[in-house]
Amino acid sequence: MTFIVYVPRDAGALSLGAEEVAHSIGREAKARGLELQLIRNGSRGAYWLEPLVEVATARGRMAYGPVNPGDVPGLFDAGFPSGGAHPLSLGLADEIPWLANQQRLTFARVGVVDPASVADYVVHGGYQGLRRALAMSPEAVVETVITSGLRGRGGAAFPTGIKWKTVLEQPAGQKYVTCNADEGDSGTFSDRMLMEGDPLSLIEGMTIAGLAVGAAQGFIYLRAEYPHAHRALNQAIAAAYQARYLGADVMGSGKRFDLEVRLGAGAYICGEETSMLESLEGRRGEVRVRPPLPAIKGLFGRPTIVNNVITLATVPAILQHGAAQYAGYGMGKSRGTLPIQLAGNIKRGGLVERAFGLTLRELLYGYGGGSASGRPLRAVQVGGPLGAYIPASQFDTLVDYEALGAIGGLLGHGGIVAFDDTVDMARMARYAMEFCAIESCGKCTPCRIGSTRGMEVIDRIIEGQERESNVRKLEELCELMVQGSLCGLGGMAPFPVQSALRHFREDFSQRS
Amino acid sequence: MAFEHGETVRRIAAGLKGRPGPLIEVLHAIQAQLGHVPPAAVPLVAAELNLSRAEVHGVVSFYHFFRTTPPGNHTVSVCRAESCQAMGSEALAAYARRRLGVDFHQTTPDGRFSLEPVYCLGNCACSPAVMIDGTLHGRVTLERLDTLLSDVDRKR
Repeated sequence: MTFIVYVPRDAGALSLGAEEVAHSIGREAKARGLELQLIRNGSRGAYWLEPLVEVATARGRMAYGPVNPGDVPGLFDAGFPSGGAHPLSLGLADEIPWLANQQRLTFARVGVVDPASVADYVVHGGYQGLRRALAMSPEAVVETVITSGLRGRGGAAFPTGIKWKTVLEQPAGQKYVTCNADEGDSGTFSDRMLMEGDPLSLIEGMTIAGLAVGAAQGFIYLRAEYPHAHRALNQAIAAAYQARYLGADVMGSGKRFDLEVRLGAGAYICGEETSMLESLEGRRGEVRVRPPLPAIKGLFGRPTIVNNVITLATVPAILQHGAAQYAGYGMGKSRGTLPIQLAGNIKRGGLVERAFGLTLRELLYGYGGGSASGRPLRAVQVGGPLGAYIPASQFDTLVDYEALGAIGGLLGHGGIVAFDDTVDMARMARYAMEFCAIESCGKCTPCRIGSTRGMEVIDRIIEGQERESNVRKLEELCELMVQGSLCGLGGMAPFPVQSALRHFREDFSQRS
Repeated sequence: MAFEHGETVRRIAAGLKGRPGPLIEVLHAIQAQLGHVPPAAVPLVAAELNLSRAEVHGVVSFYHFFRTTPPGNHTVSVCRAESCQAMGSEALAAYARRRLGVDFHQTTPDGRFSLEPVYCLGNCACSPAVMIDGTLHGRVTLERLDTLLSDVDRKR
C-alpha cells in the first residue's frame, strides 16, 4: 500500500534542511520496501516546527517536527508511515494549537496542497471564484471586491475595488494586470510563502482581475531574491495553461488571459508601484510623478492594475464565498483577515493569519512566545524598514491600519520584527538612513542626499560629537525628508529614526 | 582586443528584443550565461535593442543584482536587514569578512568566493539568513557558516 508523505519545498523549510529530510525519507522507504508518494507542499508557516513532515492517515494528516535527517530512521521504527507515536509527534496538523487558532482565508491552502497541481487546487476549492466571476458582469465583479472592503495588502491599504473600478472605466483597449511581488520589507515573507505554497490562487486572482477590468495580459513582477518562488510560479503557470485556466479560452469562456513572470534585479524601490512599472518596461526603477495614476496611465502608458500578491490571492475566496463573508471579519475600516508575519528575535516565528483586531502583545507573546533569546523584548518594528519602532510600553496597540497610524506607526505589509533588550536603537536608526542611501533611486534630493547626511549625523551622535545640536539637526533633517521626498522611500525612511529618537532617547543621549 | 562573448550577447539580445520592455530580461540572460554583464556587452545590447549606451549602462548600474565583473566560484550573500540584525547578522557578516578576507562586494584574490550583502531573503522567521550559490540557509550561527563555507569550497 502506498503511503503519502508531505515535506515542504518552501524556501524557509529548505533553509532548515527539508531537502535532506525528503531524501532520507525516500531512502528509508525504499530500504524497507515501502511504496512512498512524496508530495512537496508549501509551509504551513509554523517555522519553529520546520522541517514539518506530515503523513496521510485515516484520521487525517499527522505532523512531526522539527525533523532532522537523522531522525528519519527512528520515525520509521516508530511506525510513522501509519501515524505512529514518536517524540517528534505533533498530532494532527490541523489541530496544532498555533495553527488551529488562526483564521486562514488567504492562506487556507498554503501548506496543504501540492502547489504544482491544478487538480489538487480544484479539489480544495480552487477556481470556484473564477467560475462565479465568469457568470457575472465585470461591474458586478468589481462591486463585489469593493463591498468586501479589501484594501491593498502591499502596505498602502488603498481600497482594491476602487482601483479596479478606475481601470474598468477607462476606454476599452490594451490594459494590464500587474502583481507587485517585490516583497522587500525585512520581516515579511507572506508573498513568498503564498507564491511557493499556493501559486494558483494568485494566478486565479489575477485572471479574475483581468476579466473584471478588460485586461488580457498580466505580469508578476518578482524580486530576484526569490528563486524558489520563481520556479513555483513558472511551474504553476505552465500547469494552468495546460488545463486551460490561462490562455485564449479561459475555462471555455472564449475570453483570453495571458500571464508571465518578470524578474526584478535587486532594487527595494521597485516595490513602489510606479518604479515597478518603470522596471517592468526595462528601465531604471525611478519613481514617476503622480498623477497620472497607474490605473489611468500605467504600464506602457496603458490603464493598469497594480496589486500586491496577498491582495490578488485573496480575491478568489471573496468571489467564491461572497463579499459579506470576507467583510464579516475585522473591525472598523480594516476588514477581513491579515496574514501577519512574526520575525526577528522571536521564539515561535512564522505566519499568523487572523482577522484584524489582535494586539501586538497577543501576537508577540501569545503566538510568538516572547523572544528567541529569552531576554525581554524591547522594541518591534512593524511594516518594514520604513516603519516606526514601537516600544514595549505600546504593545497593547491593535494591529490594524488606523490604530498603528494613530501612534505614528504603519502596518505596511504586516511584518513584525522583534528585538530584545540588547538592541542599540541609535544603530538601528543609522541603519534606516544607510538603507535609504543604498536603495534611493536618486531622482529627488531629499532622499538621495538626505539619507547620506542622516547617516553622518547619527555617526557623530554615536561618537559623542556635539550631541545636543546634532540630535536637533537630525530631527530637522528627518522633517525635511518627510516633507520633501518624491515617494515613500525618502518620505518614510525617517519614521524609524524619529520613533527611535522619541521612544529610545537614552540610546542617543547617554551613550558611554 | 575583440570581445570574446560578442556573439553570445548579440544572440541573446536578438532573441528577446521582440518582447515588451526587454532590456532587463536581456541583462538577466547575459548574466545567467556569463556570470556577469561585461562592460563590452553594453554597446552591443544598445545597438541590438535600439537604445543608447547610456540607457543600457544606466540600467546595469541601477540594479544591485547586475555585476560588471566575474563572480568568484561561490557567491555568499549575507542578509543585513533588520530581522536578521535582531538575530546577530552583523556579527555573522563580520565573521564572513574575516574568514574570507574580503569586504562586501569583493571577490577573494584566488577567485573562490564573492561576498555580497543582501537586504532580505524572505526567511525572516528563521533569521539570520545566508544564501550560498542560490541555496538558502536559516538560523545560521558562526559555526554553521564556517561549515557551509568549507563544504562548498571542497566542491569547487
